[in-house]
Amino acid sequence: MTFYEKFKEYDWERIKSDIYSKTARDVEHALSKDKRDLEDFKALVSPAAMPYLEQMAQLSHRLTQKRFGKTIQMYVPMYLSNECQNICTYCGFSLDNKIPRITLRPEQIEREMKVIKKMGYEHLLLVTGEANQTVGVPYFEKVLDQVREEFSHISMEVQPMDQTDYEKLIDKGLNTVLVYQETYHQEDYKKHHPKGKKSNFQYRIDTPDRLGKAGIHKIGLGVLIGLEDWRTDCFHVAAHLDYLEKTYWKTKYSISFPRLRPFSGGMEPKVVMDDRELVQLICAYRIFNEEVEISLSTRERETFRDNVIKLGVTSLSAGSKTNPGGYSEEKDSLEQFEISDERSAQDIASMIQRQGYEPVWKDWDMALS
Amino acid sequence: MLKIGDKEFKSRLFTGTGKFSDNATMKAALEASESELVTVALKRVDTDNEDDDILRHLGHERINLLPNTSGVRDAKEAVFVAQLAREALGTNWVKLEIHPDPKYLMPDPIETLKATEELAKLGFIVLPYIHADPVLCKRLEDAGTSAVMPLGAPIGSNRGLRTQDFLEIIVEQSNVPVVVDAGIGAPSDAAKAMELGADAVLVNTAIAVSPNPVEMGVAFKMAVEAGRMAYEAKLAQAKNFAEASSPLTGFLDEL
Ligand code: SF4
Repeated sequence: MTFYEKFKEYDWERIKSDIYSKTARDVEHALSKDKRDLEDFKALVSPAAMPYLEQMAQLSHRLTQKRFGKTIQMYVPMYLSNECQNICTYCGFSLDNKIPRITLRPEQIEREMKVIKKMGYEHLLLVTGEANQTVGVPYFEKVLDQVREEFSHISMEVQPMDQTDYEKLIDKGLNTVLVYQETYHQEDYKKHHPKGKKSNFQYRIDTPDRLGKAGIHKIGLGVLIGLEDWRTDCFHVAAHLDYLEKTYWKTKYSISFPRLRPFSGGMEPKVVMDDRELVQLICAYRIFNEEVEISLSTRERETFRDNVIKLGVTSLSAGSKTNPGGYSEEKDSLEQFEISDERSAQDIASMIQRQGYEPVWKDWDMALS
Repeated sequence: MLKIGDKEFKSRLFTGTGKFSDNATMKAALEASESELVTVALKRVDTDNEDDDILRHLGHERINLLPNTSGVRDAKEAVFVAQLAREALGTNWVKLEIHPDPKYLMPDPIETLKATEELAKLGFIVLPYIHADPVLCKRLEDAGTSAVMPLGAPIGSNRGLRTQDFLEIIVEQSNVPVVVDAGIGAPSDAAKAMELGADAVLVNTAIAVSPNPVEMGVAFKMAVEAGRMAYEAKLAQAKNFAEASSPLTGFLDEL
């Protein structure tokens, strides 16, 4: 059994109408409970919850401090390659986007690592497009050998793989895999992923199951906000999280909700989520699940990022480059998406401290893997 | 409807056969409780005698027998007894009870896990009696258990849900039915367990030792139904909203 079995029982339109018909009473009920279930989550992300935003924020703040204290984890992405065999309508690396393609060689990775280490990072996120010929398992194995000595926690956001491949990479020191479903709307998923391996919806949705079976330390879930009705999409993330927590109970989970950002050759988002709604969503997840890590990338604007630290977010990236070689040599010309918060890692760290929080650079050790 | 293994149950009250003053009273009380799953200790059944007194009294078509392994001290003995019970009673269901300690009858988690693994492989529907230990519950699930039966308080103590905090975590995390076993002394305890979201409760002593077991059986039946109904209707909570300190969302107005 995998999540897909459960997913097949969900009816998108029914869930959507459930969410939109929630009332103030349902929201109050959800807020007053000790533990919330998926029905409560629907109420918390519903339009009916909007008037309760401040109460949600207060509760989310308290729950986050109870579980995580006053800390914010710091991580940074390193883009290894922008080669990609997929067409994704929202991404700058898409096959049909005529940009120069680069895959970093060991010397280049070395240079990138130096710059990133200087910024203070111990938690590295490796990112690639999906090009199995160039950036497949053998490439990743070599990269892991190279970076694991220098960093204490290594995450990956790359193409989905088989369980045995994950097992190999975990052996090499991989701690976390992020795999976003982009959207749980099966038909629209096909429209946004017309070509390439990524168009296989089921293979993608079952990736966390394969990771769980491989015994990974942490799995990151999420959707790309802008492709579909975000409330319904995010409900599916919550349901997925709920299932995974119960099934692969030794694994940790994180979620994030990137909002669709401009990129070269860009597509207009189908739905636009405003800041108020993003705050609602962050709080809804925290109130629904007190343990899940919530991370926010540099896609979001400065003021927004500064203010959500108190609302439930537990990890931030900063000083990010989203193009391969971006830290040490390449100019910003090939990036996957434009970043919004351009401040340096140190600036962000000081901002975090000014708010009475501690930026945490190292929260794992290879000895534990 | 509650489903365990391949069986569906209308009643969420499971009962036991121990401690009744006589078998006729036991039969009357259990029938009045409308319980559909009744534990019986293999050690008390005369397996050579088809006319065994306890079994004869449980011959109601609604009642399923759940043999237990009470009396065994380790996994090896438990597997052996479960196999005997399967032969003798014609059921692959077993309530796994391994308590090497004769005083408090505390379940042994390590032997229970081992036995569950083995019995599940042998095709048994295993319902292990355990401490209210959330991690153990997940380990049992991995081992193939069909339900978990955490205790509410020491067995036979009638002290209610002393383990409530842990039961709540177990209920929240479980992929298999949670049956609260041991410690339930009053119908209100049973109702409370059901309100917390337990899938069923197992009650023995409180019914068996009551001066009026038949009426007590009915009282528990009603309490379990009320508790379940309240859980499904979504209990209101006494909690209030967080009081606002300095506003956290004010920045949104300035963006
Ligand atoms: S989102 Fe990923 S798979 Fe799709 S085009 Fe971009 S890099 Fe390739």
